Amino acid sequence: MTEQASTPQFAIRVKDLVVGFGRQIVIDHLSLDVRRGEILGLVGASGGGKTVLMRTIIGLIPRQSGEIEVMGNLIGGSQERSTQSAAGRWGILFQQGALFSSLTVRQNVQFPLRENLNLSQALMDEIAITKLEMVGLAPEDADKFPAELSGGMTKRVALARALALDPAIVFLDEPTSGLDPIAAGEFDALIKTLQQTLGLTVFMVTHDLASMYTECDRVAALAEGKIVAIGPMHELLQSEHPWVRAYFHGKRSQMLQPQAS
Amino acid sequence: MTEPLLTATPLGDVLELRPGGSWTAANGTTLEALTGGVAAQLDRATTVKLDMAGVGELDTIGAWLLEKISRRAIAAGHHAEVVGLADNYAGLIEELHQVNRHNPAPLPALNPVVAKLNDIGQAAVGSREDVLAFLQMLGSLFLAVVGVLRRPRSLRLTSLVYQLYRVGFQAIPIMVLITFLIGAIIAQQGFFHFRKFGADSYVVDMVGILVLRELGVLIVAIMVAGRSGSAYTAELGSMKMREEIDALSTMGLDPVEVLILPRIIALICALPILTFIGSMAALYGGGLVAQLYGDMTPAIYVARLHDAVSVTSFKVGIIKAPFMALAIGVVACSEGLRVKGSAESLGKQTTTSVVKSIFLVIVLDGLFAVFFASIGM
Repeated sequence: MTEQASTPQFAIRVKDLVVGFGRQIVIDHLSLDVRRGEILGLVGASGGGKTVLMRTIIGLIPRQSGEIEVMGNLIGGSQERSTQSAAGRWGILFQQGALFSSLTVRQNVQFPLRENLNLSQALMDEIAITKLEMVGLAPEDADKFPAELSGGMTKRVALARALALDPAIVFLDEPTSGLDPIAAGEFDALIKTLQQTLGLTVFMVTHDLASMYTECDRVAALAEGKIVAIGPMHELLQSEHPWVRAYFHGKRSQMLQPQAS
Repeated sequence: MTEPLLTATPLGDVLELRPGGSWTAANGTTLEALTGGVAAQLDRATTVKLDMAGVGELDTIGAWLLEKISRRAIAAGHHAEVVGLADNYAGLIEELHQVNRHNPAPLPALNPVVAKLNDIGQAAVGSREDVLAFLQMLGSLFLAVVGVLRRPRSLRLTSLVYQLYRVGFQAIPIMVLITFLIGAIIAQQGFFHFRKFGADSYVVDMVGILVLRELGVLIVAIMVAGRSGSAYTAELGSMKMREEIDALSTMGLDPVEVLILPRIIALICALPILTFIGSMAALYGGGLVAQLYGDMTPAIYVARLHDAVSVTSFKVGIIKAPFMALAIGVVACSEGLRVKGSAESLGKQTTTSVVKSIFLVIVLDGLFAVFFASIGM
């Protein structure tokens, strides 16, 4: 971990986090810092606790011990209220989109605006269309219902909803899974563009090696409940940890590397 | 003192706007009012100059409101320029400059009367589809039964027994309770009113015939429609939503045979049994009221009952049960398969299923009444 003490600009700080279900410990004394404005990719084995870590940070899963700080505010624990107020500062893209199925695309994107701000309907409509166009959808799609959308469109709408309040942090849970490589590439480029224009911090759980090469500033590897390696992609490729080696130097990864490097 | 969010300085034909501070969602309401407030001045000036140097924070909402100011000026044929923009926000402004350029024409709003008439028309056409869906389910059920008769091993016995346990055995306590109370209430009302004419003893005839011929089966069928029919619709509907039914078809299995046939057979077996148990509970409830409220000993009650009702009354009630079960099952399953992708549609189909099956149960009961009357039962 190469960390400059002179930059206190951390979007998320996790210290000594322990999370478990019953007797099974999923996250074991994990510490992780996410810098402001970076795209951090989190990799790990399936069922290894990536999603659990993400859901714990956003307060959906209770932790057993440890500290979580998001944008300088402690999350959860005795200060339940701070979790509430932090809601406006982060947006979450769930794995399956989690769009409200009884609302149209436009209403889905407007939902956080309507609940948190007191804007006129006309302005909310314009903002919703703006967000939809920013994520690459046409205004004509605004009146569709989630059941009428393709997988890629669902993810885009979910991203537009996550971005509705211009959060400082966006959590993405496997954003490119289930998309074809072209759509996945476009989605990666989109996240990169939005990160640059809006100055977002992106915390991304992913298995997509191509996204990690092209998009992530740093990649963190989660194994045995701990972060075993963190750094830019080229540093992770040098890592000596057996699981990290197996992940990045396995057969499937080898196939991708010549094009990427 | 915080700096003002927007300062407007008219200099002849030039309007200089100086946004300052935090142009973000948190101030959204104020910002919207402020940008609306300068609209009049905006229309008078021929040149609008946006000096962004004072902006501390900017997000999409703030940037969009500023973009709208310059768009309004340009649309009126005036000149707009943006100066002093911080580098880190240039991308955002540039991005917003591209979006919201073409708006699809909003759908023309229908005249409310026409819209209402349209709804009625749609519903009329839709009812034809309802009938077709019912008939289609009945047809595929018949095919599945033929298939099972030809290859008896293809009947899902485990599933059938499990469904029978759920819709039959587990329903017994609530059915007994409800029918017991209904029997007791009828008897109480009978004694209260018949007493005026000194016709106390005919209460037993009324309770016996009413419960065995009509009420026992009707109450039980309505309860089953609410309890098990809704469960069938919700189960099949969520299976449809999660593509489980499509998965079955692609494996070469017939969803009707695997999922629906065991459910409907279970219902057809369970409803007569529940009707029998329910009718007995209602008669017992009536007897209890007769003893406590009507001063009639159990021996007299049973003797009167023996005279009043015949096996025919019992047969009339119990024959109706399997047909009502079939109607409930077919409606519940066909509504389940009509669930679309959304959670709302699942709720809608479940409601429709219960309403329709209760309606059908009552219609069937009426048809049977006509039928039994004409054959003299």
